[in-house]
Amino acid sequence: MNSKLKVGWFSFSCCEDSTIIFTELLNTHYLEWKKKFEFVHAKVLKKSPDIIPEMDIAFVEGAITSDQQEKKLKKIREKAKIIVAIGACAVIGSPSNQRNFFNREQAEEIKAILEKFKFKEKVLKLSDIVKVDEVVPGCPMNEEVFLRIVNKYLNK
Amino acid sequence: MHDVNDSFDINLEEVSKVEGAASLEIKVRNRKIIDLKFYISEWKRFYTQALQGKPVVAAPQLVARICGTCSNAHLLCSIKTIENAFDIIPSNQTKVLRKLLYYGLIIRDHGLHLYIFSLPDLYGKNSILDFDENDPKEKELLEDTFSVKEVGNQLSIVVGGRSVHAPMPTIGGFLKLPDLSNLKNLLPKLKEIRPKILKLIKIFAEALFRLEAKTKLNFSGLISHDFSFLEGKLENSQGETMLHDELSSYLEEVIIPYSHARGFQLNGNLMMVGALARLNLAKENLNAKTKIAAAKYLGSFPSNNIFHNNLAQAIEMLHAVDASIDLINSLVSITDEKPQKIVPKKSVGVGTIEAPRGTLFHKYEIDEQGTITTAEIIVPTGQNHVLMEKVIFEQTEKLLLENAGKEKIIFEAERLVRAFDPCMSCASHFLKVKWR
Repeated sequence: MNSKLKVGWFSFSCCEDSTIIFTELLNTHYLEWKKKFEFVHAKVLKKSPDIIPEMDIAFVEGAITSDQQEKKLKKIREKAKIIVAIGACAVIGSPSNQRNFFNREQAEEIKAILEKFKFKEKVLKLSDIVKVDEVVPGCPMNEEVFLRIVNKYLNK
Repeated sequence: MHDVNDSFDINLEEVSKVEGAASLEIKVRNRKIIDLKFYISEWKRFYTQALQGKPVVAAPQLVARICGTCSNAHLLCSIKTIENAFDIIPSNQTKVLRKLLYYGLIIRDHGLHLYIFSLPDLYGKNSILDFDENDPKEKELLEDTFSVKEVGNQLSIVVGGRSVHAPMPTIGGFLKLPDLSNLKNLLPKLKEIRPKILKLIKIFAEALFRLEAKTKLNFSGLISHDFSFLEGKLENSQGETMLHDELSSYLEEVIIPYSHARGFQLNGNLMMVGALARLNLAKENLNAKTKIAAAKYLGSFPSNNIFHNNLAQAIEMLHAVDASIDLINSLVSITDEKPQKIVPKKSVGVGTIEAPRGTLFHKYEIDEQGTITTAEIIVPTGQNHVLMEKVIFEQTEKLLLENAGKEKIIFEAERLVRAFDPCMSCASHFLKVKWR
């Protein structure tokens, strides 16, 4: 019998600072989380399946800057009971969305790249695309808010 | 008839246990590689463009957001760039504290790579969290993983206010200085992790993974007398020493059309930067205690074995611990220094440091008001990009001759990529700069 919470950790466009905070939080929490979580998809911790698995909680950091990313995020939404947006880029889009605010000259410089690699017209935050259940703001994410949310679902 | 084992496609969308997103595509027909592409698949966030028009004082905290894991490398490189532009010379205390902040980064960042990303490969596990708590040796390594990383994390927090995007270091000094007693309290913890790191060094020294590039490599790095990563001169294994540290004129750019990042070469040669390059070029500059404790393993350098990058990182972790202990012991007080004043002027600032993964370069053109008009950033993973693809090709070719199957080829390619400790978050955000 497996009563562990099935957890995923995903990164879109960002600097992955919250992934680092998460791996540093493991320093003091790994014994507890190892017992209570099953990391079913977490590229930072393990080779993860190509197909996104069913999850109790998906932690998602980063902003959405391409159609491929949007498709993957929607897939995560289908498979996860709870989505937690992690860090500023996921929650408000910044600073990964800085190109949204470029002036004409800056926009001109990056235009060819945007077209070549088929970027989205604008960079979006997660809630522009899917329903987000919880948010952990901060750049990097606020550790206390993160732990509060983790504990809320651990003790449910 | 074609055997399915002789002709197949590999489409690895995201290499696992690396920092950021990298992809690998290999087409094999009749056991011959007909196409192989290794590329950075991170989507650009356009930091060099975003810097244009920003006040230069905003740059350090903005560029820290290029990369979560080595944020403090970008932060300190940016500060150095601006200080160079405005002729600000940091005080000795500031230099010591920056080194301590940096050694904390080396411990936790190399620790992340060696324990979380690479160690599972050596034990045939998928994840460090799969290490068996009922096996005394594996249990010990699991505990080491998190206790060693935590000391690096704490060192960065005590000095910089946070281990990621440290808020306290600033242009000309520190916004808030660390408490001396908090620093002294770290001494027993640093001493405690020393034997654990020695254990890690032994593990990676005994690892049998081996891959040498067929062509001669030019190892390159910023070499400092005390192996402090933050100052020094650019040197390479062809025996050149550069008088200035302007990386953009030292390297030759290589466009990799399918990658979100650009590559580089040096004097027409394949180049490599990072811990292996630093140890190959300057192992005699390591801390005296490190040199004694790791003497037996230092004999492996200079080395052309890419996997020795892991061993080199482990030795650098020991150096970071030993050098930190020396620096903290030497501190008798923290003087209440305010950050030096900035007087903006029209200038071009250049800053080069050794990031955990290799040489990092920032260059800002600044106007009279202190606004950035043009910026350029060159990161380590770009400098290793061409070599990475080349050695994956060579390894895959060899494996095909040995009749290896698809799964084995993927596994070995991922392990090889991991040995470089690439950072894709860093690599993908810069466009070629047109200097006006």
